[in-house]
Amino acid sequence: MSHAQRQPSVAAADWRKDFPILMQTVNGQPLVYLDSAASAQQPASVIDAVARYQREDHANVHRGVHTLSHRATDAYEGARDKIRDFINATSRSEIVLTSGTTESINLVAQSFCRPRIGSGDKILITHLEHHANIVPWQLVCEQTGAELIVAPIDDHGQLELEALRSMMTNDVFMLAIGHVSNALGTVNPVREIIAQAKQCGIPVLVDGAQGVPHMPIDVQDLDCDFYAFSGHKMFGPTGTGVLYGRETLLDEMPPYQGGGDMILEVSFESTIYNELPYKFEAGTPNISGVIGLGAAIDYLQSAGMQRIAAYESDLHEYMLSQLGRVDDIRLIGTAADKASVQSFLLGDIHSHDLGTILDHQGVAIRTGHHCAMPVMKRFGISGTARASLAFYNNADDIDRLLAALEKARQVFK
Amino acid sequence: MTGHAAVTHDILDLYRELILDHARSPRHFGRLENATHTAQGINPLCGDKLCVYLCIDDNERIEAISFEGSGCAISVASASLLTDSIIGLSVDKAEAIFSAVTRRLTHGGTDERGDTDLDLDKPLEKIKALDGVREFPSRVKCATLAWHAMHSALRQDAMPATTE
Repeated sequence: MSHAQRQPSVAAADWRKDFPILMQTVNGQPLVYLDSAASAQQPASVIDAVARYQREDHANVHRGVHTLSHRATDAYEGARDKIRDFINATSRSEIVLTSGTTESINLVAQSFCRPRIGSGDKILITHLEHHANIVPWQLVCEQTGAELIVAPIDDHGQLELEALRSMMTNDVFMLAIGHVSNALGTVNPVREIIAQAKQCGIPVLVDGAQGVPHMPIDVQDLDCDFYAFSGHKMFGPTGTGVLYGRETLLDEMPPYQGGGDMILEVSFESTIYNELPYKFEAGTPNISGVIGLGAAIDYLQSAGMQRIAAYESDLHEYMLSQLGRVDDIRLIGTAADKASVQSFLLGDIHSHDLGTILDHQGVAIRTGHHCAMPVMKRFGISGTARASLAFYNNADDIDRLLAALEKARQVFK
Repeated sequence: MTGHAAVTHDILDLYRELILDHARSPRHFGRLENATHTAQGINPLCGDKLCVYLCIDDNERIEAISFEGSGCAISVASASLLTDSIIGLSVDKAEAIFSAVTRRLTHGGTDERGDTDLDLDKPLEKIKALDGVREFPSRVKCATLAWHAMHSALRQDAMPATTE
C-alpha cells in the first residue's frame, strides 16, 4: 500500500467518529480496539435506538392491543425485514431470531438433524471451525449414534478442497462450515463448496458469524440451506442472532423450544404451533437487542458493505505489510483469501503476556485459543495473539500495534 | 476523549527480572517418575495447563517436586518459584504457604495477614516477585494456577484444579 493510501480516508475517519467507545483512553493511552472479531463496537445510532426503545416504546411484542405493544412489535418486526433485505432472503418467514450464532447452530442440530439421523449417518465439518460449530454436532452425534467427520486444512490454514470434496459421500447428512475462520481469518469458498454439496444432495449450514461483518451476504446467491450469524459481531447488541433457513426445510422441522409466542392454540391434549418463523421463537424475545440490530443494519447499509469490504482489505494489506517487517514474528493463517483478521506469535512470548503488555499501552487484542482449540492443535501451538480489524480502525491503529509489539520485545529481551 | 483513572504502575512491575528469569529457565521442570502425589492445573480462559508432581516421604515431608506443561511467563515463573519454595518443607507448611500466597495475590495486596505469613520465612521472600499481578486482575489466575494444582495434589483430588 502506498503512503498516500496509508492515511485514513475521509470516509473512514467519518465512520470512526460514529463509535463513541473509541473516543477514550485506556491505561493512559488512546484506545486502539483490535478485537472486533470477538465483539464489534456499536455506533451511536445503535446505542440510541436501544435507549429510545427502552425510554419510549417498551412493551411485549405480538400480544397487547395497546399502543406501546404495537410500537414495540412494529420496531421488532421491522428489524426482521431489515435482516431479510440485508442477506437477501426470499421471505421474512426464513429469518428466525435467536440469541446468537451458537443458538442458531444448536437449533439446526437439534431440530433439523436429530429427528432424521442415526448410526451410519455422518455430519461433515472442517478443521477450521469455532467450538460453536463443533460441539452442537458432537452432541447430536452422541444422541443419535451418527459420526462427526472433519475435513483437513493445510499449513496456510486453508481448507483442502479436494479432501473436502471426497468426503461428501452418500452417508453424509449435513455439511456445517464456517464462512470465515475466526481464529485465522481464512475466507472459505463457500459458494463453490455449497454447489458441490448440492450435487451430492447434502444440505449445508454456513456459520456466518465472521462473514456478515466483513462482506455483502446474499443467501440466495450462496444457495445455502442455513446461514447463522450474531448481532454483536456486526456492530449490534449482544444476545441477538439470526438463523436464516430455507423455508421448505424450516417448515418440516419441529419446534426447538416450547413456550409462549410459538403457538397458535394450546390445550393439555395438543398444541398447534405458530407459523414460520415464530414456531422457533419461544418466549419473549430480546426486543431491544433486535431493534438495535436493525439499527446496526441501517448503519451498514448506509456505509455500504462493498465500501466497507474494500476499505478493510486495504487496511488488512497494510497490517500484513507492517507485521511482516517485525523480526521474529510468526504469522498463523496465511490463506490467499482472508478477512481482516491476523493471528501471530512474537518470538517465544506467550500470547497472554503479549496481550497484557499491549493492553498496558491501550491496544486491545485477543489472545489464547479463540474458541478454536483444534485449529491451534493443527499448528502445534496453544494459542495466538490475534488482531482483528473493523472499518472503524485506521492505519494509526496498526502503527500503534507495531509500537506496542516493539515494547513487548523490549520487556522480554 | 474520556478515560478511566490513569495507571501508575509500570509493566515492569509485572515482568520483574526474577519473573523473567524463572520463566526462561524454570527450576524443577519435568516429570517426576516416583511421584506420590500429582495433579493438573488448568486455566480454561487461556488453555494453560500445568502438571505438578510431588514425592512425599513417610514423615509427610516434600522430598521432591517438579512441574511440566506450558503457559505464559507468569504461570511458568510462579510454578518455578513454587517448586523452589516448598521443596523440603512439611505438607502442613506447604499448605500454609498455599493459603498465604493465594490470599496475598487475590486480595489486591491489602491483606496484612498474607504479608505476615510470608514474612515468617525469609527464604520465601522471592515469592513476592509475583506481587505485580495484583495490579493486573486478568493475570492473577495465571499466578495462582500452579499453587492450586499443588494444593489439589496434596489433597489428592480426583479432578484437575482450575482457577475458576
